[in-house]
Amino acid sequence: MAPPIDYEILRLIWWALLGVLLIGFALTDGFDLGTTALLPFVAKDDAERRMVINSIGATWEGNQVWFILGGGAIFAAWPFVYAVSFSGFYLAMFLVLSALILRPVGFKYRSKKTDPVWRARWDWALFIGGFVPALVFGVAVGNVLTGIPFRLDGDLRAFYEGSLLGLFHPFSLLAGLLSVAMLVLHGASWLAIKIERGPVHDRAARFGRIAAIASIALFALGGLFVWKGGLGFRIEGLVDPHGPSNPHFTQSVAVGGAWLDNYARHPWMILAPLLGFLGPALALLGIIRAKEALAFGGSSLGAVGIISTVGLSMFPFILPSSIDPASSLTVWNASSSHVTLFIMLVATALLLPVVLLYTAWVYKVLFGRVTREQVGSNPDFY
Amino acid sequence: MDMAVIELSRLQFALTALYHFLFVPLTLGLSFLLVIMESIYVMTGREIWRTITRFWGKLFGINFALGVATGITMEFQFGMNWSYYSHYVGDIFGAPLAIEGLMAFFLEATFVGLMFFGWDKLSKPVHLLVTFMVALGTNLSALWILVANGWMQHPVGSRFNPETMRMEVNDFMAVLFNPVAQAKFVHTVSAGYVCASVFVLGISSWYLLRGKWTAVAKRSFTVAAAFGLASSLSVVVLGDESGYALTDNQKMKLAALEAMWHTEPAPAGITVIGFPSVADRTTHFEIKLPYLLGLISTRSLTGEVTGIEELVQKAGVHIVSGIEAYDAVEKLKMDRNDMAAREQFERHKSDLGHALLLKRYVEDPRTATPEQIAQAAWDTVPNVPVMFWIFRVMAGLGFFFIAFFGVAFFLATVRRFDSRPFLKTALWVIPLPWVAIEFGWLLAEIGRQPWAIDGVLPTFLGASSLTVAQIWTTIAGFTILYGALAVIEVRLMLAAIRKGPVEEHEIPAGEGPDEGYAPLPAE
Repeated sequence: MAPPIDYEILRLIWWALLGVLLIGFALTDGFDLGTTALLPFVAKDDAERRMVINSIGATWEGNQVWFILGGGAIFAAWPFVYAVSFSGFYLAMFLVLSALILRPVGFKYRSKKTDPVWRARWDWALFIGGFVPALVFGVAVGNVLTGIPFRLDGDLRAFYEGSLLGLFHPFSLLAGLLSVAMLVLHGASWLAIKIERGPVHDRAARFGRIAAIASIALFALGGLFVWKGGLGFRIEGLVDPHGPSNPHFTQSVAVGGAWLDNYARHPWMILAPLLGFLGPALALLGIIRAKEALAFGGSSLGAVGIISTVGLSMFPFILPSSIDPASSLTVWNASSSHVTLFIMLVATALLLPVVLLYTAWVYKVLFGRVTREQVGSNPDFY
Repeated sequence: MDMAVIELSRLQFALTALYHFLFVPLTLGLSFLLVIMESIYVMTGREIWRTITRFWGKLFGINFALGVATGITMEFQFGMNWSYYSHYVGDIFGAPLAIEGLMAFFLEATFVGLMFFGWDKLSKPVHLLVTFMVALGTNLSALWILVANGWMQHPVGSRFNPETMRMEVNDFMAVLFNPVAQAKFVHTVSAGYVCASVFVLGISSWYLLRGKWTAVAKRSFTVAAAFGLASSLSVVVLGDESGYALTDNQKMKLAALEAMWHTEPAPAGITVIGFPSVADRTTHFEIKLPYLLGLISTRSLTGEVTGIEELVQKAGVHIVSGIEAYDAVEKLKMDRNDMAAREQFERHKSDLGHALLLKRYVEDPRTATPEQIAQAAWDTVPNVPVMFWIFRVMAGLGFFFIAFFGVAFFLATVRRFDSRPFLKTALWVIPLPWVAIEFGWLLAEIGRQPWAIDGVLPTFLGASSLTVAQIWTTIAGFTILYGALAVIEVRLMLAAIRKGPVEEHEIPAGEGPDEGYAPLPAE
């Protein structure tokens, strides 16, 4: 039984859905990461820290599922990508997982004791749980753009020839800092709409302004690096978009500057980098004018723009190889089978709207700013 | 390949999975106990049931946090440590994991926040609905992960595609309605319900022994006794033994845990106790009950339970046929359009996995000697003494829980909450469900060896191309992190239990915490 949707179209849809998942993760869990990365800096006493923690306390857990789902969906739709990237980034992944593990316990256990030392330790744990993943995700994306040192053998077994420290080079650090700036901005704009006006709100605004400017500067610098630094890969010869998912059937080569090819071919794609600049600029405006909704909208648009830019620049590549370009994973050679992509699309189409509906309802119930007074009186608060 | 990498990867997975599974069963069961308790609150409107729900909810939260924390690792570990496995079966195995995220994780994680924060923001019935959604989410999560695990044990609905060098799905419904997965789901969630019931019963007994919070304790005791009795019956009666008659690999698991070296005339007897010896391929000093095994595993008087030696012989035949499939795949790698090779592959494809067993001894299975084939055939036998003993502990505990909850239910029915011997026993029983559950995991996964996917992919081929140093780093890291969190969790749990069902902002009402509550009808 052949699925009713063409294999090529399904691969394109799943490439787009990969972007949707990453963006969903950045838009929701992104502000949680940014908020806890800001925790030690915007909140000075225990009540203030509890305000910050409780601004995301009830919803961060659902947001984090975007990250888990990202893992599951890549496994299901792009098994090659899942297999190569997570084993390749082995120790970096371990770092991220360890940091993320601190979050659920940090939120839940911090308020179980009143001991200030106990609470200060968990505050730092929460900071690490926000800052480290934000940095490492960016570093990972930087490495994806420059290519990852892996090759595939005849049985399609992946061999990785890099090291943990090898992941940190100037371009990837730049990408890491951009990721931190983008998520800190998003966290700051979240605090702007979620925290009562006062000292915490003001400090968050101050960090938001810095992060917005840093986002714009780092994004521009990254673009310059891609352009002048000669990053990019290209597929050689004919591509069969319906062909079997086997990287040995396509030929890819590293070509300096090829990451800009798509913008010449499809000028509309320039919208993505434009949005990457416009978003943080709007957020900055919103913060300065104390228009909190504009700030949050701006930081959201910025994340959409920046992530889309990476995806569109690389299309159809997903994971290029720096040591053996022929092993590179693309939209046409790294997906699941036709049947699996179709089944997963049906499952997503049925389930994701329901998820969005009840998530929206939960946010509606919890609508409103967190106040210092609430932190003192609500027995359910962390 | 480096066997040290394989063994360390297995250790890494076992440690993180067993640790994760310390928290999951309690979450599975306690979430439904919360639903029951809160339902009583909504129906009767009595404040004490709100207190009860919130108290157990607090313990639920402490446990849930670590379940979530350690679950993050699980989702990414396949890619990190089992890269070739992920490539080889991701087309089938990835789907249930992704659907688990969409259908279950979002549900439980989105509503769990509201469950804790929504007490004064929602009406009573709506809050109950939220609690129910959390319970539904956690249990759906168990369903999907067991669909994935069931497929590893009994890989239906899929075939090997030589063009992509991996397994691909051809019948998703078969994967979904895999009988092994169904049996595992019922067995596993029931075990979680038993675990939570023992937990609630044990802590309630402690309160009753000390005469503290007795109104809360008696009611909790009663709920847990009833729920635990039903669940403990379900664990044993709907145990997953029914799946063992399906395939040769499942039969091997059954034969190994029964240490049944040779096929016996039907219906086979069950070995209650004995000392299996791998060297002699026999079980010493065995005490057998006649007929029972045949009846249980084949549900008939005439069904035969195959012994280990006979299954090994069959495995040898599969290996020889698998070499033909392997040969065809290699030819197809050279030329995708080699029709003769394609036809050869079609004839032998179901045995391809068996040829891969030889990769432990030779690079190219086609050059294997008869001795190597014989050796590989014996590799299909999992560790018999370990299986034999683990199964007996697990099953023994299963029967013990039925008796235990039978007594508890009787005591609750006649309102005898003052039987000190039973209350003390209930306290000491608290760790036992965890022993049974961890042993159950070991039984299922050791019984699957040498396969990662039964009959399809040997475990030793599934690992990532990592170094021993890298894996030791993560094993050490996870051990330190998990160890520290375990200490913290247990301390917080004990502190919360000692403190009892008081609200944070309330001043404990002297020594009469029972005052003000309506008495039970029989009191």
